[in-house]
Amino acid sequence: MSLFDYTLKELQEKLHNKEITVSDLVEASYNRINEVDDEIQAFLTLNEEEAKQQAKQLDEQLGSDASILYGVPIGIKDNIVTKGLRTTAASQILENLNDPLYDATVIEKLKDEKTVTIGKLNMDEFAMGSTNENSGFKKVRNPWNTDYVPGGSSGGSAAAVAAGEVFFSLGSDTGGSIRQPASFCGVVGLKPTYGLVSRFGLIAFASSLDQIGPITRTVEDNAHLLQAIVGHDKMDSTSANVEIPQYADAFKQDVKGLRIAVPKEYLAEGVDPEVKEAVLAALKQYEELGATWEEVSLPHSKYAVAAYYLLSSSEASANLARFDGVRYGVRTEKRVDMLDMFKQSRAEGFGDEVKRRIMLGTFALSSGYYDAYYKKAQKVRTLIKNDFEKIFEDYDVVIGPTSPTTAYKIGEKIDDPLTMYVDDILTIPVNLAGVPGISVPCGFSKEGLPIGLQIIGKHFDESTVYRVAYAFEQATDHHKKRPTLGGDK
Amino acid sequence: MSNFETVIGLEVHVELKTNSKIFSPAPNAFGSEPNSNVNPIDLGYPGVLPVLNEEAVNYAMKAAMAINCDIATDTKFDRKNYFYPDNPKAYQISQFDQPIGENGYIDIEVNGETKRIGITRLHLEEDAGKLTHNDDGYSLVDYNRQGTPLVEIVSEPDIRTPEEAYAYLEKLKNIIQYTGVSDCKMEEGSLRCDANISIRPIGQKEFGTKTELKNLNSFSFVQKGLEFEEKRQREVLLNGGEILQETRRYDEKTKETILMRVKEGSDDYRYFPEPDLVPLYIDDAWKERIRKEIPELPDARLARYVKDLDLPAYDAGVLTSTIEMSDFFEAAIAAGADPKQASNWLMGEVSAYMNKQQVEITDLKMTPEGLAKMIKLIEDGTISSKMAKKVFAELVENGGDPEKIVKEKGLVQISDEGQLRDIISGILDANEQSIIDYKNGKDKALGFLVGQTMKATKGQANPPMVNKIILEEIDKR
Repeated sequence: MSLFDYTLKELQEKLHNKEITVSDLVEASYNRINEVDDEIQAFLTLNEEEAKQQAKQLDEQLGSDASILYGVPIGIKDNIVTKGLRTTAASQILENLNDPLYDATVIEKLKDEKTVTIGKLNMDEFAMGSTNENSGFKKVRNPWNTDYVPGGSSGGSAAAVAAGEVFFSLGSDTGGSIRQPASFCGVVGLKPTYGLVSRFGLIAFASSLDQIGPITRTVEDNAHLLQAIVGHDKMDSTSANVEIPQYADAFKQDVKGLRIAVPKEYLAEGVDPEVKEAVLAALKQYEELGATWEEVSLPHSKYAVAAYYLLSSSEASANLARFDGVRYGVRTEKRVDMLDMFKQSRAEGFGDEVKRRIMLGTFALSSGYYDAYYKKAQKVRTLIKNDFEKIFEDYDVVIGPTSPTTAYKIGEKIDDPLTMYVDDILTIPVNLAGVPGISVPCGFSKEGLPIGLQIIGKHFDESTVYRVAYAFEQATDHHKKRPTLGGDK
Repeated sequence: MSNFETVIGLEVHVELKTNSKIFSPAPNAFGSEPNSNVNPIDLGYPGVLPVLNEEAVNYAMKAAMAINCDIATDTKFDRKNYFYPDNPKAYQISQFDQPIGENGYIDIEVNGETKRIGITRLHLEEDAGKLTHNDDGYSLVDYNRQGTPLVEIVSEPDIRTPEEAYAYLEKLKNIIQYTGVSDCKMEEGSLRCDANISIRPIGQKEFGTKTELKNLNSFSFVQKGLEFEEKRQREVLLNGGEILQETRRYDEKTKETILMRVKEGSDDYRYFPEPDLVPLYIDDAWKERIRKEIPELPDARLARYVKDLDLPAYDAGVLTSTIEMSDFFEAAIAAGADPKQASNWLMGEVSAYMNKQQVEITDLKMTPEGLAKMIKLIEDGTISSKMAKKVFAELVENGGDPEKIVKEKGLVQISDEGQLRDIISGILDANEQSIIDYKNGKDKALGFLVGQTMKATKGQANPPMVNKIILEEIDKR
């Protein structure tokens, strides 16, 4: 049994009882990375020297009032800026950003809690993709079967947790980038309500959709990590100034009488029969726990993918324009004039998918097309938000699969971006509506690949989402299974 | 411009002198070491976000109100996308379709006639950095200016002559300076102007094709550039040519406008709402609070000087033409100076000195209180007007207290009758021939005696008293 099979609570007990030390935890993390990361390819940059030194210090300073996250090894998605620790967003264009100037707000908050940053996690370049095949450096593998993708874009964050390389990690979710890889890798991933977690220091993909969120092995630990990173931030104008509940309180309550909505669009054609079966079994489980469920409709969800790719690409086309080779990042070595310096640096630095989305977004914002694309997509977004609000008048949560399928083979869909975009159909509406959504393990396919259950809640009602996820998790054993990797045999 | 009418519209950018930048906490200051007033937000560093500085909104509202704009209740920011090394995010945060101010105007005076020039809009945005092109083929960027709050003020195409354009700029600058939101120093770039100009046959309704003039580094270059351009356009048209939509640069040496580029269609900046900022809602209470902070503006001051202080309109116009002059005048009156005397001094000796030395009124060592005191010394007879010129020369050059200057320079007027009578008696005793001459009708002799008295008192004798006493003493003899 790995140290990381314990829960946060158990770990803290062991720390305070002196059964283990922070150094043991950090050591365990790097040992595991040495053991399996050649297979998984989850890490882009390691923070080993710093982390081990920090562990020693934390062991000396451990007090009775230490936070529940004290000394716990964490991996950070590489689009979250870490002061002095290389941050690339898995893009060649930031390959040389070795010494970033500041910490993202979430990193500052984690430093207050004394987690230990183990390293930076691989991802699809600038968070664009759902397989990690778009990383500018290397492809992350699914720990359950390394021929398969881990999902994306937070593939490194999900795979590292699933493989036991770190205790937990931070990812980011713009259209499903936390939930889908969590689903593919059999871990718990939450996309918080838009505005709950500060985006300051998150390298922007689509500003109006991006949210940072926790990836963990259990629901309870997920809540503890979320608790540490939420809160209003004056450096982020879109961060909400709302009262923050104690998320762990959610676990005191069961789900008796809870009303679950299941959108018929979420179990429609295109959803893999095995996935559908696992979700229906989960619903049965909820019935047994005293909840009820009914079929509802999200009538505008069919437009969600189109609207999402217009809005997110439009915002991305502006957000990624700053990577021009002038102030930081990679500049072309060719001796060219100013305009060609921009063009050439970007041509060399960006991967195909990033270029595709920049072009799509640039086109959608162009004069003459703006109304037909960007503006119309904004209207669709409002309709989808209204769909959810209407459902939440009568129901406590919305449940469905996280992804229509389990993980696919590496290379299977990379040449067919449209099909890949459509696979985000179950996660995207959640981002467009700004509501919170979690993916928890709910079974395995015949091939042994994890299936994820998605639970969606009302704005800022993460507590109910956690309560519902926790009830299911406690009633099942899916989250206890571990992948077998080379070193484990 | 016989047969043709000129149509001019001006776009003026004014930097707001807030303490910090519009979207970052970095200081907003001119003249610092390159790239010293920057933080990661100004550099467009990965992951940073803008946070709106409310002071910038207040300043923009003040400027908009001062030029009679309607203030938006619902407003927002947009991204204006373009690549350039001085634009670190490759988009400028600006306002597209909901500017903070709209439908304003200012009144200008040209050749004694008042004319109203409409203001289309005033919007708030961030300034860009500054490029320096080196000879070695490299260019250097200084991001100190990046993020300085900027308002862009767009006039209606109501201006008909280059002279009106000049008057518009002077007036706009004056008003903005009164509000205190900007220094409006063209030489420091805190006020910049682009001009659009077209001509059309008199009577034609449609506008002609316009050209845009850039690199206008002073108000008089704006005027000269426009004068050149209206002449050039007329010649092109009269020769059967066609005006192209061009951007042209004014060359200060050749005094000509030079083609920079021909515009094909309009630039596509792909504006869209800035998702990193929330929409801005300005309620009536906020508007009222700002409105109350706006000081008396030049037109109102001018009217008050004429009505309450009884100054000629021309004088009141000169005094209010800059806030510095007007504030100096106000302070002098507040310190007890007679308004007419203060006005005369400011328009006369003070302006002459400023012109000669090429300095501003704020550069003077003389304070308004100093001027007021000097005027009082003249009024109560302590010094003569002639002596006052000497006092002023010292006061304006080195400052100080006029009373002290008078004493130190021995400039006190002798107005003591007994003392003067004694001195004059002595002089009359020594110049009996002059008394005889005077009595024989030679008026010149009196002048001689006055001269002798002044000489004896080193010029300090009170001249009217000297005259009076000499005549009295002659009568006695």
